[in-house]
Amino acid sequence: MRTTADRIRTWLLGTWSLLAILFLFAPIFVIVLFSFNDNQGRFNFTWQGFTLKHWKEPFAVAGLGEAMGTSLLIALFTTLIAVALGTFVALALVRYRWRGRGATNGLVFLPLATPEVVLGAALLGWFLTMGLVRGFVTVLIAHVMFTLGYVVITVRARLEGMDTHIEEAAADLGAGQVTTLWKITLPLLAPGLAAAALLSFAISIDDFVVSNFTAGQTVTFPLFVYGAARQGVPPQVNVFATAILVIVVCLMFANLAWQRRAARKEGIPVPEAQPLGI
Amino acid sequence: MAEADITLSGLTKQFGDMVAVDDLDLEIPKGGFFAMLGPSGCGKTTTLRMIGGFEEPTAGTVNLAGTDVTNVPAHKRDVNTVFQSYALFPHMTVAENVEFGLKRKKVPKAERKQRVAEALELVQLTELANRRPTQMSGGQQQRVALARALVNRPQALLLDEPLGALDLKLRKQLQLELSRIQADIGITFVHVTHDQEEAMTMADQIAVMNEGRIEQLGTASELYDTPKTAFVANFLGTSNLIDAKVLSRSGEMAEVEADGGARLRVPASVLPGSDTEVRIGVRPEKLDLEAIDDGSPSANGDNVILGHITDAAFVGVSTQYVVHTEGGDELQVFVQNSADHPPNLGPGRRVAATWDPTTTFAVNREESDGA
Ligand SMILES: Nc1ncnc2c1ncn2[C@@H]1O[C@H](COP(=O)(O)OP(=O)(O)O)[C@@H](O)[C@H]1O
Ligand SMILES: [Mg+2]
Repeated sequence: MRTTADRIRTWLLGTWSLLAILFLFAPIFVIVLFSFNDNQGRFNFTWQGFTLKHWKEPFAVAGLGEAMGTSLLIALFTTLIAVALGTFVALALVRYRWRGRGATNGLVFLPLATPEVVLGAALLGWFLTMGLVRGFVTVLIAHVMFTLGYVVITVRARLEGMDTHIEEAAADLGAGQVTTLWKITLPLLAPGLAAAALLSFAISIDDFVVSNFTAGQTVTFPLFVYGAARQGVPPQVNVFATAILVIVVCLMFANLAWQRRAARKEGIPVPEAQPLGI
Repeated sequence: MAEADITLSGLTKQFGDMVAVDDLDLEIPKGGFFAMLGPSGCGKTTTLRMIGGFEEPTAGTVNLAGTDVTNVPAHKRDVNTVFQSYALFPHMTVAENVEFGLKRKKVPKAERKQRVAEALELVQLTELANRRPTQMSGGQQQRVALARALVNRPQALLLDEPLGALDLKLRKQLQLELSRIQADIGITFVHVTHDQEEAMTMADQIAVMNEGRIEQLGTASELYDTPKTAFVANFLGTSNLIDAKVLSRSGEMAEVEADGGARLRVPASVLPGSDTEVRIGVRPEKLDLEAIDDGSPSANGDNVILGHITDAAFVGVSTQYVVHTEGGDELQVFVQNSADHPPNLGPGRRVAATWDPTTTFAVNREESDGA
C-alpha cells in the first residue's frame, strides 16, 4: 500500500535528484550555450544574442588552434603509450608470479591517490634535477605516468575475470606465447583496452595542474584557457570545449554499447558497464 | 598389455608443502580408453596437467610414445586436452574454435575446411558451425571442446572430468557417445573422473587414485571383484571387510579364521604375501541369508558367518540387511527380491550369512581407511 507519506517521500526524492543534476550540469550547459553568444568586446559573460560565427571561425583567436593541436597530440601519444605499457604491466601482475609483484600491485594506485599538485611539483623538481628541458616531452612523460595506473586497473580487472584455461587451451592446440597473446588474450581484452584508452585520453586532454608544472613554454588547451581567462575568455574556447565534450561523450556511449554487445555475444559478465570502466 | 603410449615414472608434484602427486608410476596403453578414478583432491587434475605440459613436475618424467617430454612446453606436445570448463574461445565461432589447432600446424586451407567439417560431423554439430560457443548449451559446448581437440588427431586425448558439469541424463548419453567416438578413431583417451560408475562403464582400464598415488590398476571387473586395498574396495561399490588369521595355505583355497571364530575359505591367489594377519572381503550382493532358528545352517561348501539382523530395508529390487556377527563385525547383505526369496526376515532374526568362497577377496591389512 502506498501511503501519503510514501508519495511525499517519492516526490521529494525526485525533486532533490533533479536539483542535484541541474546543479551538476548547469555550468556545462552555460559553456555550450555561450559558444553561440554574439558577444561584444572581450568578455563573454552576458547573453547578447545567438550567432554561429564562432563555430565558423574556431581558429580566429591566435594560439588557440595550436594549443588545441598540442593537447590532442599529447593525449593521443599518452593514450598509445599508457595503454601499451599498462597492458603489459597488468598481464605481468595477473599472469605471472615474481618478486615485487605485491609491491607493484599497490604502487600503481599511488599516482591516482596522490594530489595532482604534489605530483606536478614533484615532477617539476625531478625534471629540473635531471636537467630536462620542459616542453612537449615532459608533459607527455607526466601524462603517461599518471594515466598508467588507470590503464593497469582497468585491464587488470578484465584479465582477472578471464578463465586462465582459455589461454592454456590455446597452448594445448599448438599456439606459442606470442600467438596466444595476439589471437586469444588481446582480443578478449579488447573492451577493457578501449575503456582504458578512452579514460587516458579524457584525463590527458583536460589536465591542467600537472601540465602547468611541466609544460615550460609549451601551451596546451587547458593552459591556454587559463592564460586567456585574465583578459576575457574568447567564445572560441567554448566552441572547442563543447566539441571535446560532444566527442568524448559520444565515444563513451559507443564504447558502452560495444561492451554490452560483446558481453552479450561472449557471455562474459561485464560488471555494471560504466563508460569509464572503473 | 599393449605397447605403452604414456609412461609416467616417479612423477611427483608439490605445491609448497602439499604433495599433490606422490612418486607416481603408470603406463597407459596405446589406443585404449583409460580412466583415472579417485575422489576430489586426490591429484587427478594435477597428473593430467603434467601430461599436457601445464604443470612442471617437481620430480619424475613424462614419456609420450617413447619420447621424454618432461621439458617440452605444452604447445609442442602431441596431446590435446578437453578442459573441465571447456575453455572454448568465446570470440570465435564453433568452426573457428575447431580450426584453431590446424592453423597453428599450418595445415593447408582446403584440408583444414575438410577436417573441421569431419570433426563437427563426428560430434554432430555440423548445423551449429557458425554459432558462438556462448550461445550453446553445456552439452553442445562439451562437444565443441571434443571436436576442437580431436581434429588435431593427437597421440592421446586428455579429458578432465569432461562430463562433470552436465546433468545426469546428458551425462549418460555423452558417456555412450564418448565411448563410441573413442572406438571409432582409436586414439588413446585418458579420462579423469571421480564417478566410479562412469569409469566402470566407459574404460578398458582404470587406475584408482588416492592421495597422489595409484592404489590399483585394472579392468572394471578386476577392481570390483578383487580389490587389493580397503580404499578400492570401498570406493568402487560397497564391501564387507573382516580381519582374519591364516590357518593354512595349501592348495587353491586357503583357510582363515575370522576374529569371531568363523572358519572361512579364501582363494589362495588373492592373499597378499606370506602374512598371517589378513583382511578379507566380500561384496554385499554375494552374500545370502538363511534363518537359523531351527538347527544349524546347511554349509555345502559355502563360507558361513553367524549373526543376527539389526536392520532390514526394502528397496524394490533387493532388500538391504545389516547383520551383526558373533565376531562383532557389521555385514551389509543385499538380497535379491526374487520368488524364492520372500523379504520376510526382520530385525532380531538369527541368521547365517553364506557365500561362495571363490568370491572372497583380500586387502592390505595395514590400510584401514575406507572411502
Ligand atoms: N596450483 C595449485 N596450488 C596449490 N595447490 C594446488 C594447486 N593445484 C592443485 N592443488 C592441490 O593439489 C591437490 C590435488 O588437486 P587436483 O589435482 O586438482 O585434484 P583432483 O583433480 O583429483 O580433484 C589438492 O589438494 C589441491 O588443493
Ligand atoms: Mg580435478
